[in-house]
This record gives sequence, structure tokens and C-alpha cells, in this order.
Amino acid sequence: MNYELVIGLETHVELDTNSKIFCSCGGHSSPKEANDCVCPACSGMPGMLPVMNKRVVELAVTAGLMLNCEISRYTTFDKKNYYYPDLPCAYQITQLNHPICTNGLVSLKTSGGARDIRIKQIHMEEDAGKLVHGGKYSYVDFNRTSVPLIEIVTQPDFRSAEEVVTYLNKLKSMFRSGGISECEEGAMRCDVNISVRPEGSEKFGVRTEIKNMSSFEAIEKAIRYEAQRHIDAIEFETEELVQETRRFDDASGKTFAMRNKETEADYRYFPDANLMPIVIDDEWLEEIKANKPEAVDEKAEDYRLAGISDKEIDMLISNHKISKLLDDVVEKGARAKDAAAWILTDCAGILRKDGKSLNDLTITAEKLYAIIKMVDSGDINRNAGKKILIAVVENDVDPAEFCKENGLDKKFDSSQIETVIEKVIAENTQAVTDYKNGKVKALQALFGACMKELKGAGDPAVIKSLLEAKL
Amino acid sequence: MKYYNVKTDGGNIAVDDTILVKDIEALAGSKILEGFVPLFSAEAVTRLEEKGYKISGKTHVGEFGLDLLGEFSYYAEKETDLKGAAAELVKSGEVKAALGVDLNGATRRAAAVSNVSFLKPTYGTVSRYGVISCAASGEQIGVYADGAKAIKEIMETIAGHDDKDGTSLKNDSYDYSIGDVSGKKVAIIKELLSAADEKTQEKIKAFADNLKKNGVTVEEISFDVFDVVNTAWQILMTAETCNNVSRYDGVKFGYRAKEYKNIDELYVNSRTEGFNFLTKAVILYGSDVLSKGRYEDCYDKSLKVRRVIKEKFDELMNSYDAILTPVCSKASYESYEISDAFAKVFEESKFTALANLIGIPALSTCGVQLMGKHFSEATLLSLAYSAEKEGK
Ligand SMILES: [Zn+2]
Repeated sequence: MNYELVIGLETHVELDTNSKIFCSCGGHSSPKEANDCVCPACSGMPGMLPVMNKRVVELAVTAGLMLNCEISRYTTFDKKNYYYPDLPCAYQITQLNHPICTNGLVSLKTSGGARDIRIKQIHMEEDAGKLVHGGKYSYVDFNRTSVPLIEIVTQPDFRSAEEVVTYLNKLKSMFRSGGISECEEGAMRCDVNISVRPEGSEKFGVRTEIKNMSSFEAIEKAIRYEAQRHIDAIEFETEELVQETRRFDDASGKTFAMRNKETEADYRYFPDANLMPIVIDDEWLEEIKANKPEAVDEKAEDYRLAGISDKEIDMLISNHKISKLLDDVVEKGARAKDAAAWILTDCAGILRKDGKSLNDLTITAEKLYAIIKMVDSGDINRNAGKKILIAVVENDVDPAEFCKENGLDKKFDSSQIETVIEKVIAENTQAVTDYKNGKVKALQALFGACMKELKGAGDPAVIKSLLEAKL
Repeated sequence: MKYYNVKTDGGNIAVDDTILVKDIEALAGSKILEGFVPLFSAEAVTRLEEKGYKISGKTHVGEFGLDLLGEFSYYAEKETDLKGAAAELVKSGEVKAALGVDLNGATRRAAAVSNVSFLKPTYGTVSRYGVISCAASGEQIGVYADGAKAIKEIMETIAGHDDKDGTSLKNDSYDYSIGDVSGKKVAIIKELLSAADEKTQEKIKAFADNLKKNGVTVEEISFDVFDVVNTAWQILMTAETCNNVSRYDGVKFGYRAKEYKNIDELYVNSRTEGFNFLTKAVILYGSDVLSKGRYEDCYDKSLKVRRVIKEKFDELMNSYDAILTPVCSKASYESYEISDAFAKVFEESKFTALANLIGIPALSTCGVQLMGKHFSEATLLSLAYSAEKEGK
């Protein structure tokens, strides 16, 4: 008999906010040493009250918009009770009754064709800390406590491990380009709900849940193992399937039972009276929408149509800051292809020399466009533009002023240029001879000497043609 | 040191040990917090200090403020007769006023027994930042003082919006002015009056007579909601308390049991040794009402009762400016065993629960209680002031 896999996913993503969800401690990327990033609030001391970080709401709504969700205008928090040393209050603040986003849809391109995955809901919650085991004792690190998370819950719409991985990759690239999360190692964690049923059957099989996996490779392996285990149990009656929570062991490639339905904790959810319901009004929603980056696929297509190479598109899509800079410069009037070269080749090159990367780029769209405009209008040549760019990237100078101060905007008429050419020809007799003997390279040397005399200003095409004529 | 857990020199404001003062040990009356020294002060404390008041120390409270008026606490294991500590200090004139957290009426009862005043203000008007919290949805910092005028002065200092408390209302100040009360209408609640002893009934009548002398109309009416109100509040209060004290687990701060072999034993032994009988009863009750299969009939229903009662009370307040009730069933305190505490507190909070459930102000004064609609503190203080005057 053939079997069909039915999989639903719960994906936790750490949000890239500057501070934690309910206190002012730094967000997930800040801490260095254990318990560096902890305050009375996120270590569960009495007297502190949670104060909502607005940015978390905005990023959660942005994620919801990207996943075509309905955005709740009224959203509330609940407390989930359980004891664990890494949970300082012995409850987690999460959303049960009024999650921030519901009813979304993600379209996947898979080898089997297009697939739609329905999103049941997205909710906001706080992360727990970490236990570090060493010697006789276990230690608690609260750095991660109260780091904001969104949990994206799908309907049981996946039919293969491949679809799951495609979906996760899509989420990852969307969230990166959307400035929602860098989705670094461990910042994206999945619980996989899985069952199998005979092909054509409408009824769901017994469902198991594999908890807390972060590598896509492990998720794929776990699904394949668990699916086979279910099929074997049905086909050969190797064991009785029960609804339970399992964990995946990477080393052995197997899943193991953690707890079953009977022994499952009662989390005694109830509303958190310390946090007032959040109302998202039209004005706020419009503001979030206006700041939302375009969906990745659409955006990549736009770039492709504008003549930007695939390699450059990858760089842009994975870096929200840089793609925003490009979009802003283009909006001011630059050609997308040119702007991409200025940013991804020239700016990147300048930064690389200083041991930095594009993430360190601070140039504003205004200044970059000012340079591009000077070059495009023929006021200066590209070399001069590059000189200005270096000064702007390194010292944030004003492009127009720098240009003037360094005489890069000097215009030369043909007679001035001719004077320079004559001088160069007189001083470089050997090169002239070489050129006349057919050495093409010698022309380049003469041209370079002219440019040097003109201090990089002047139109290279004009100089070149005048030089050739003279020779 | 009588009445104090920690005493400082020369202060004029006492602070209940359920409210944090920076660098001073805070126990909330419980062994489970032994050695806990807060890193910051409650917002109300900071505001008082900024105005030049000085904190005289941390006063004894019943464990987490859950008992009748402070009789069962960790300090009480060492000394006896510590109940009503803050109220007694105010009565003796040692301090000008005291701050207390009104969670389930203990502060109002203590004021009645010691014959001083306590105002539990409208929910959200005083920041709860720095309160050792039990029931976030109904607890409030209030003021013990000798009379309405002294309460007004402290309230004007501590009330007003605080960013550090998400439930803090937006206004920066509220009206506590004491003015003329002639023409006001006050209702005595029949059901609560008849539930109190004779001496308490006499106090109510005397208070009503004093109001009448000031031109206030007093009527006796029926408003038969107080058993439902009390049950709803006990459900919400115990559930929230159970949740909020679950952080005291021996792992991070406070008391940790000496003997344990693993994490479960650390939790169980620390909490078994750290909480008193009443707190344990509250935890059991609270976790039961939140459990699967019970939630809808208990917790969820109580939230609905809260909404309905609020509407009913607002409706009643269209015809009256305040209601007049007993604070407790007996005019004086009678000692009892801690094993009876849960039932006893449940019974007595029938008189106080309304203010916690729907967030209205309640003023315990002259051994009686005035309650009014939200933000009616000025009316309550004015009524109390006019009656106080006559009583003297
Ligand atoms: Zn913190």
C-alpha cells in the first residue's frame, strides 16, 4: 500500500530587536558571557512588571503580512505555567486566545509543482533561558530569557520532507530580507507534527510531535525516520502508535519518546493581567505596511527585470539594509543596474580594504545618489566619482563640497586638453615610438599620463579620441 | 523593632513589607523570600522620597498579605501579636502615614480594627511597580493615615501615570479635594449590614448620622451581589497568586531547602518549607480553578462576573454617590488557627472583594467602609472628612 505523509509545523523564530520583549535588556545578539544580559524583570524578581516592546508587535505584523495573514486588531497575552530552572517566573508569557496573526498562506515551488501551505496563526512569546551542565551542578543562563519570538503554526498541509525544507528556506529568506530575523544558528527552531495515512484516505493517522530541532538537515532526517516508523507500525505491526511527544537524536538518526498524552503537563493557561490588550488601529497598521519590504519573490523578479545579475540579486535579497539603500537610490532617479554596481562592487571594495563588510556601510541614499548624478550628467568622470565615494564611505564628507575642494569638477575644453596631450607626447617619446611601431599598450600608458596631468577630471572618451588624432 | 521587619532611623512613612524599598530586605511576610534584597524601590516609595518624606522601615504583613490583617507570617513565628502593624504605627502617631497593598482587604480590615483610615484607590491610579505581586488584576497600593486629609496629601504624591507599569492609567494626577458634601446620596447595603455584628451595625448608624448632619441623604437599599462578587474575586485572586508565587522556587533567590537530591526535590522541599499553610491553601485552590476542565466554570466565569458586576455597580452609582458597608463582620479581632484561615478570609472578604474585583476605590474609615465608582476618591474622602469632624 502507498502511504501519504501529513505534516504540520510549528516554527519559532527569534526576532532581531534591540531589546527583549518585556524589558530593556539587549536582544538576542547582544550577550557575550553567561548572564550578561539580565535584569530584575527577566530574572523573575518580584516587583518588576512586563512592559511591551512595540517593535516586537511591528515585526510580528510584518511577518504576518509577508505570509498573507489576517492581522488581529485586538491581541492579548496569556501565561503558560510550568516549572523549569531556565524559566525564572515559572510561567512563559505567550498568546493563546487572541494571537496577532491568523489564516495566512504560503506558496511553495517544489519539484512536484506549486503547493499552498495554510498558516493557522502567528503568535508572539518570550524565549526561555538555557541550562549549562557541568560537573556536579547545572547552571542557569538567563541571557536568552524574554528574547522575543514569533511562533508560526501551519495547518497539516505538508506532504513530504522536501516541502518542509522548501518552506523553511522560504521563511528564512523572507525574514532575512524583511529585517525580521537573521535566522542564525539556533534562532529558528521547529516542532514537527507528523502522521501517515493510506493514500486517498481522508482520516488522519495517529500523530506524533518531534520537538525542538534547528538544523534543516536534522528536520529532514527526522521526518524520514519518523514516517518510516509510522508506516512500519501500520504495515508490519512492529509497535502500537500512540499520540506522544518525541525527540530526535542526531547521532543515531532516530526519534525517542519523551512523554505521552496522559503524562502531558496541564499548562493552566490564563490571561496575563499585567499586559493590557494591544489594539492595532488603522494608522499603525498602515505605518507597518508602508515600512514592510516587498515579498522576496516579487522583489527578485523586479531586480532581474532591471538587469541586475543573479549573484547581485542574492546579495540584495539577503540583506534588507542594502536592498533598501538600492531601492532608495533608484527611487531618486538612478538606474538600478548602475546603482547595484556602485553599492555591491565599489562600496563593497572600499569596505573590504578596511576589513569591513557591506553590513558596515553607512552611506545615505542622498549622498550616493548625488555622486551617481554627477557622473551620469557628465559633470565628472567615473574615476572622480569613485574618489568622492571613497571619501564619503570612509569619512562621510559632503560629495559636492569634496568634489569642489579637490578640483574634481574641473572642466577642460579641447584646447586645454590638447595642450596637455602635446606636453605628454613631448615627454614620453619612447611610448610614442612604441605606439607607432604597433604596440597598442603604449597608448594606454600615454592616456594614463594625460589623465594624471588632468588630475582625473575630463571626459575619458574625449581625451582618448583627441590623443589618437594627435598621434 | 515591634511592627518592623527592618527599621531605619527617623522616618515618617512606614511601608508594608509587600512593597520594595531599595537595598532593604523584603520578605512579604514569607520565609520563601528570606535574604531577598531588592535592587530598586517601588515607584510610590520613590515619589514619596522625592517629595522629602523619609521611609521609617518595612512593616510586618501577613504572608503575601493573604490573611485577615497580618496575623500569620514568618515574623510571627518569632514574635507574637504583630497584626495590623502599619495601622498600629499610624495610630500611635509614630509615623504620618503608611503604604500597604490591598490584595484581599487585609489593609482595610487592619485600619478598621486599629481605628485609622485606609484608602484603596481606583485600580491603575497608583503604579504597582515594586509591589511583590500576587493578583495583578485587582491589587493596589493604598494609604494608611489618621483621617481623610492625611490620606489626600499622600495620594497626591504617589498617584499618576508610570511607564514602568503597563496597567498604569494615563493621567498624571487625580482629584482628591475635600469639599462640601451636602446634597450627596449614600446607600447602606442591607445584605452586608445584616451580616455584621451589633457593634459594627452601631458604627454604621453613627457614621450615617454624622453624614446626615452634613446634609447627606442616607438610604438603606438591597444590592444582593456580594456572595457572587466574593466567589469571583477569590477565584481570580487565588489563581493569579498561585501563578505569581510560582517564581519562588529556591533556584534564583530567597529560601532554598538544605536537603534535596535533584531539581524536583529542590522545588518541593523549598516551597514546602518556605510557604505557610494559608499560602499553600491559596496555591492549591488557585491551581485547581485554572486546571483543564475547571477553567471555563471557574476562571472564565469569574471574568464574566467581573464585567457584569461592573455594569450593575455603575448603574447603581447613577442614583448614589457612594455605598456604606461594614469592613468586616466583627468590630474587634478574635484569634483563630491557621488551619481555618482560608475559610475565615473567604468569609470576611465578602465585605471587601467588590473593590478588588472591579477596581473601584474603597475607604476604610471610622470602622466602616465607603465605596464609590471609579475615580470617586474625592467624594469618598469628603464624606469621610465630614463624618470624622462630627465624630470628634
Ligand atoms: Zn531584562
